[in-house]
Amino acid sequence: CAVSGEKNLAEIVKKNKVVVFMKGTPAQPMCGFSNAVVQILRMHGVDNYASYNVLEDQELRQGVKAFSNWPTIPQVFFNGEFVGGCDILLQMHQNGDLVEELQKLGIRS
Amino acid sequence: MAATADQIRDKLVAEIGAVHVEVEDTSSNRCAASFKVLVVSPQFEGKPLLQRHRMVNNCLAAELKDIHAFEQKTLTPEQWEKHKAQ
Repeated sequence: CAVSGEKNLAEIVKKNKVVVFMKGTPAQPMCGFSNAVVQILRMHGVDNYASYNVLEDQELRQGVKAFSNWPTIPQVFFNGEFVGGCDILLQMHQNGDLVEELQKLGIRS
Repeated sequence: MAATADQIRDKLVAEIGAVHVEVEDTSSNRCAASFKVLVVSPQFEGKPLLQRHRMVNNCLAAELKDIHAFEQKTLTPEQWEKHKAQ
């Protein structure tokens, strides 16, 4: 199914509190950076987030980059807002911002 | 044409006033051109992380098209001093 239109993406990122576009799946990440995001979320007890595998859908892969104006994968969204990629999530994890942001979503880490 | 570490450094200095740049070419660990950069610029002052990363992404937009993986750390000169002291 084509989910790559900008309008569709705007809906997709709002459907779940936490949405991740990655290479592979949380059970089987296909790239170290995507794996890092999965591990960080796991550490904070975030398990039921929506993840989309961009390797299975080239249109989605390009579409999400255009939608967020961000050149790389993985991409993380909280409450429909673009948060960042792997480096940003890692730094938020290290400086404590991630705990705060997750609390705003009603998720306790 | 694939970007080089020097090209990346020069651009970051010229376009976002970086006072210190470290570029590590991590291509050998991966399947294509990959870089890890540390950028220190006074222009990051007062800007949230996402905005800083967007500045770097925009600055290197042309290069990023051909780069497979790109890691970045963005610090203000003050944060850089602290970082060095650690």
